[in-house]
Amino acid sequence: MRLSELPQGSDAVVQEVENMSEGDPIARRLRDYGFVRGEPVRLVGRGPIGADPLLVQIGFTRFALRRAEAARVIIEPTA
Amino acid sequence: MSESVATLRLALVGNPNCGKTALFNQLTGGRQKVANYAGVTVERKEGRFSAPSGRSFQLLDLPGAYSLEAASPDEVITRDVCLGHFPGETAPDAIVCVADATNLRLHLRFVLEVRRLGRPMVLALNMMDAARRRGIRIDVPKLEAALGIPVVETVAVQRGGAADLIARLDRELPAVAEFKSGNDLHAEVRAMLADAVSMPRRTAEIDDAIDRIVLHPMLGLGLLAVIMFLIFQAVFSWAAPLMEGIEAGVAFVGAWVGTGLASMPMLRSLVVDGIFAGVGGVLVFLPQILILFLFILALEESGYLPRAAFLLDRLMLKAGLTGRSFIPLLSSFACAIPGIMATRSIQDPRDRLTTILIAPLMTCSARLPVYALLIAAFIPDRSIAGIFNLQGVVLFTLYVAGIVSALGVAWVIKLLRRDKSEHALLMELPSYRIPHPRDIAIGLWERANIFLKRVGGIILSLTIILWFLSSFPGAPEGATEPAINYSFAGTLGHWLHAVFAPIGFNWQICIALVPGIAAREVAVSSLATVYALSGHEEGLQAIVASQWSLATALSLLAWYVFAPMCLSTLATVRRETNSWRQVWIMTGYLFALAYVASLLTYQIARAVSA
Ligand SMILES: Nc1nc2c(ncn2[C@@H]2O[C@H](COP(=O)(O)OP(=O)(O)OP(=O)(O)O)[C@@H](O)[C@H]2O)c(=O)[nH]1
Ligand SMILES: [Mg+2]
Repeated sequence: MRLSELPQGSDAVVQEVENMSEGDPIARRLRDYGFVRGEPVRLVGRGPIGADPLLVQIGFTRFALRRAEAARVIIEPTA
Repeated sequence: MSESVATLRLALVGNPNCGKTALFNQLTGGRQKVANYAGVTVERKEGRFSAPSGRSFQLLDLPGAYSLEAASPDEVITRDVCLGHFPGETAPDAIVCVADATNLRLHLRFVLEVRRLGRPMVLALNMMDAARRRGIRIDVPKLEAALGIPVVETVAVQRGGAADLIARLDRELPAVAEFKSGNDLHAEVRAMLADAVSMPRRTAEIDDAIDRIVLHPMLGLGLLAVIMFLIFQAVFSWAAPLMEGIEAGVAFVGAWVGTGLASMPMLRSLVVDGIFAGVGGVLVFLPQILILFLFILALEESGYLPRAAFLLDRLMLKAGLTGRSFIPLLSSFACAIPGIMATRSIQDPRDRLTTILIAPLMTCSARLPVYALLIAAFIPDRSIAGIFNLQGVVLFTLYVAGIVSALGVAWVIKLLRRDKSEHALLMELPSYRIPHPRDIAIGLWERANIFLKRVGGIILSLTIILWFLSSFPGAPEGATEPAINYSFAGTLGHWLHAVFAPIGFNWQICIALVPGIAAREVAVSSLATVYALSGHEEGLQAIVASQWSLATALSLLAWYVFAPMCLSTLATVRRETNSWRQVWIMTGYLFALAYVASLLTYQIARAVSA
């Protein structure tokens, strides 16, 4: 599953971040932010227009990610 | 003081928003801008301080970075300074790495990346006050052992909060051992956190609670609208008594000086019609500018701005921008120059360029005097629906007009580029903080200073120049009209009038437009001078109300929504984009928009009122 498909308020564990292109700078930045294998994430909220961007908690930090950005993150939902 | 000890060159390096600049100000006594969002510092700044032992240090404040693999122009500066690639500068002798103690999962990774450089370094665990409040416990000796570098606790925003750091810097820093840092810095960070940090909760409870309201799809947007609206209401309703006070004071002193100079009519005219009328005409707007900044400063420190960017991102995306453009654009309400500088934190060069091009459409505080003058003269001070002040509503509308046209221009740029590629947002939302009244007071004091320096500097000089141009050459013999009609400025005004008559500007306005290019407020002071020289005795507002038609006033307002920007903005655009082409594009499109908007406004207003 992708982070962009995670229901609001649910938790998951990051599997990996996919490159959308050769050396994808957005994917690299996401890894710097802490989107790496085994890291717990939570979808905290969504923007008011078109449910975009997403408000994502990773580590101790909250990030605003657009859907297209969040779609790079492959996750495993936690029950 | 020993001459033998050379000054040690230090650089503050760390993630965005960890308090580097607050620490810099604390150590050096500097006044660099501190605010609660990522990407406040976009330049390399230098300062000095000395330890109690007398040892002196040179300190660099750098833009925050998430990684040394730079993704935006501000991060490039940090990387280059760290690596010693910055033009004309060797790498710093030692690095003061700063990390937010409440955000170590993210910040320690960057610390490890910086440690790889192998330079002497010390880690400042900043925001220890906030960490303690949240019950976060950090075992400093353990962390020190794991990192292999000295670690000190700091509270950059408290007096004496950097004492430990100074003491530690005063001793020799150990050379960094060659660490066999693996490739997986994240795993290393996790191990350190498990070992040395206990964290009751991943986030502050209060942040979660506030975000539930502020970022709520409905409540959030409503709140944003209310906040914006309140600001403009306050600018008008709170400032009125103060403005009247200043106006009365200027008038009183002007009259007193005028009587004293009665025997020297030329000098009297310069002082009374030029300086007091012109400069006094701008000075009255100080309260409004300060009220606007009171809100801006409080919002900047609260951590609300990135939230507003979050709420508006989708809208900005439609226009071909990113939520990241929000803060640079918001800074442009103060002045387009810091706004354009702030675009350095935008990763995508196209997004950055678009943001630069539309920044002047955000109503800068220098335009406030022009708006305020015309609104006060033509819009009745009435309340509508019992709560809204009509003047505040009109002001709000003018600001909105600027914003809407900025979005429109961005959208056109996107169309012209046929751009379908992805634009990044990737924005961190900081913890909320209660603004410190003292910091806000200092911020306002600085704003007042900047404004008064402008008034006493460029505005005063231009006003005096304008007085000369409007007074010479004097009227020929047997002249029937006021002397200004025959002066250089009068001639120029009449000449420009041909171009601006279709949009309803009279020749007095045409004169005022010219020095207004150097500093927008000067348009007001120039009008005051021009009318004073034409023999009008009343205050500028009264003159304008009696001499101009409503259509002319509306047309001038429309002009100033787009007003071809000031020269210093153009110079900044040239520097930041490194291209004259962009400067010409910007000037051209703003001029065209201003003319068309004024033309439509004037012709429609005339047709309606006829
Ligand atoms: N409570 C608390 N707040 C702090 C401390 N240090 C800084 N802050 C606040 O943290 C925010 C960021 O501070 P800055 O100094 O602008 O951070 P910076 O690292 O220079 O940020 P960039 O220039 O964007 O990289 C501001 O709101 C400061 O008031 C601290 O020790 N305690
Ligand atoms: Mg800073």
